[in-house]
Amino acid sequence: MSPNNSYWRANLRLMAFCLTIWFLVSFVCGILLVDVLNQYRLGGYKLGFWFAQQGSIYVFVVLIFFYAWRMNAIDRKYNVHED
Amino acid sequence: MDLQTLTYIFVFGTFGLYFAIAWWARASSTSEFYVAGKGVHPILNGMATGADWMSAASFISMAGLIAFLGYGGSVFLMGWTGGYVLLAMLLAPYLRKHGKFTVPEFIGDRYYSQTARIVAVVCLIIASLTYVIGQMKGIGVAFGRFLEVDYAIGLFIGMGVVWVYAVLGGMKGITYTQIAQYCVMIFAYTVPAVFISLQLTGSPFPQIGLGSKMVGTDMYLLDKLDLIVTDLGFKEYTTAKLGSMLNMFAYTMSLMIGTAGLPHVIMRFFTVPSVKAARSSAGWALVFIALLYTVAPAVGAMARLNLHHTIEPAPGENLVYAERPQWFKNWEKTGLLKFEDKNGDGKIQYVADKEKNEMVKVDRDIMVLANPEIANLPNWVIALVAAGGLAAALSTAAGLLLAISSSISHDLMKGVFVKGISERGELLASRIVMTLSILLAGYLGLNPPGFAAGTVALAFGLAAASIFPALMMGIFSKNIGSKAAVAGMVAGMGITLLYVFQHHGIMFIKGTEFMMGMPKNWFLGIDPKAFGVVGAIVNFAVAYAVSKVTGPAPDHIQRMVENFRVPAGAGAAADH
Repeated sequence: MSPNNSYWRANLRLMAFCLTIWFLVSFVCGILLVDVLNQYRLGGYKLGFWFAQQGSIYVFVVLIFFYAWRMNAIDRKYNVHED
Repeated sequence: MDLQTLTYIFVFGTFGLYFAIAWWARASSTSEFYVAGKGVHPILNGMATGADWMSAASFISMAGLIAFLGYGGSVFLMGWTGGYVLLAMLLAPYLRKHGKFTVPEFIGDRYYSQTARIVAVVCLIIASLTYVIGQMKGIGVAFGRFLEVDYAIGLFIGMGVVWVYAVLGGMKGITYTQIAQYCVMIFAYTVPAVFISLQLTGSPFPQIGLGSKMVGTDMYLLDKLDLIVTDLGFKEYTTAKLGSMLNMFAYTMSLMIGTAGLPHVIMRFFTVPSVKAARSSAGWALVFIALLYTVAPAVGAMARLNLHHTIEPAPGENLVYAERPQWFKNWEKTGLLKFEDKNGDGKIQYVADKEKNEMVKVDRDIMVLANPEIANLPNWVIALVAAGGLAAALSTAAGLLLAISSSISHDLMKGVFVKGISERGELLASRIVMTLSILLAGYLGLNPPGFAAGTVALAFGLAAASIFPALMMGIFSKNIGSKAAVAGMVAGMGITLLYVFQHHGIMFIKGTEFMMGMPKNWFLGIDPKAFGVVGAIVNFAVAYAVSKVTGPAPDHIQRMVENFRVPAGAGAAADH
């Protein structure tokens, strides 16, 4: 297998991990399980409502930086980084 | 100082700033004109992307939508932010590595086909033009309400301002102006929100205030709001759904992939110096967007609370119409707020029951604009909101106009019809096309076509159903060739247009709906605005099926895909 191929697989693995979290916080916590989570509270927020209107957005921001940080490491590991 | 003078100072002060920046950042090459010389720092590009992205709709309408939809409004919050995660991981780094100027150019290269490129140009122009009409209207309305000038004159001033910095500076001028516009916009949005959050909950952070207790009581703000609205017969604020759960799911997904597929957003990532910078810049863009988007739900909920509180300070003690506050009278004059004394008691009843409700019109758009007045904030805050709304509309309009003019001058003229055009010629052509686009957008703003109201939804639907899948398959699959891609785009776009036109009429012309006996939202209860994701699925499926027949893309294209999947070797940054 060429090094570029294993680089691409490492990228896809990381991406799958990040997108799973992306899906969990928005579609699962914010929509599909919202009624269940609304039984719990975060201060004055019902938890499902909080995920839909606040929490998912914070997680999105963290996810992108996490992806960028891990990808930089993967770029270097497979020696495909920019100069 | 009176409000009028203050507003003039703020608005023309910010215009002066934009002009100064435009003069400093004027473009001298096509690379500067289309992609700002690919030398914009990722944080600054993130800020410009934020301004480019957050339109008059985000600034003025979104909080109002949330105020009246409650939990259902979450689809906009998640949909318009979650798209950046997709953009950062699935598109931006690879498109940047490929290193061209426009989105159709990438599609044309990857699918080795002028047809694919032209289909992409058509999608781009429809999506961007429909979007820009909304911005032009926003500019006209903001001038009309705050400076009390005629709608048309407001529109001409706005067109003039955009013309100066967009035509002079191209992407470079637009980028640096957008950075200034972002600062104006975010300041104008958060200052009133902080004041109102302090008044209601004592917390200076609206994001925390929304989850806090009301000042002087032991009751959480959201619980209080739930109680008030359910007493009046409205749906409970924190649980009211937008249609079915499936509809909310599809709506959110459509907005996310639509966001990731909108060309004027994608092309912002062509301006950064490297692949690494493209990834982090998407993160910064979302930071700057999140600053507004996490405040918006607080603005919405608090505005709703204040509105009900003004009309009915305590249960049964309704506001006497003759004693209504000044802001109420101001907005009545614009026709966006209407009262009708149905039971003749001289007091205002605002309830869910249509028979008894006397607030016959409460336009959602006034929530952000009237918010500072409802909360009795000082005049300079109101003037600031006017400048902020204009910054939001101008920055988005400029980005869209650049997307349109670059696709015409670069993709159609240089790419297809006048291949031998010189760089100077192309630069001149793009400036002329930009001027014509501004005139066309202004004309459409003055004479909005009947379909203007539904158009932004259409832009998202088209981007989601045609551009996003084409780009994603181009990067992640080597098997999709030109025929498969074109078939997919046409099928995705076709099915989306069909469903939308079926509900809202062909080209949104009233009377041409063709439901053919099918109930509204017949497809699984999905709203036409939420249909982009279905179009995208059709696009993927058709492209996959056709690729099984036509076979994989040729070898040189497969090598090209392998090349843009790795960061090494991206073009060096141009210094400026």
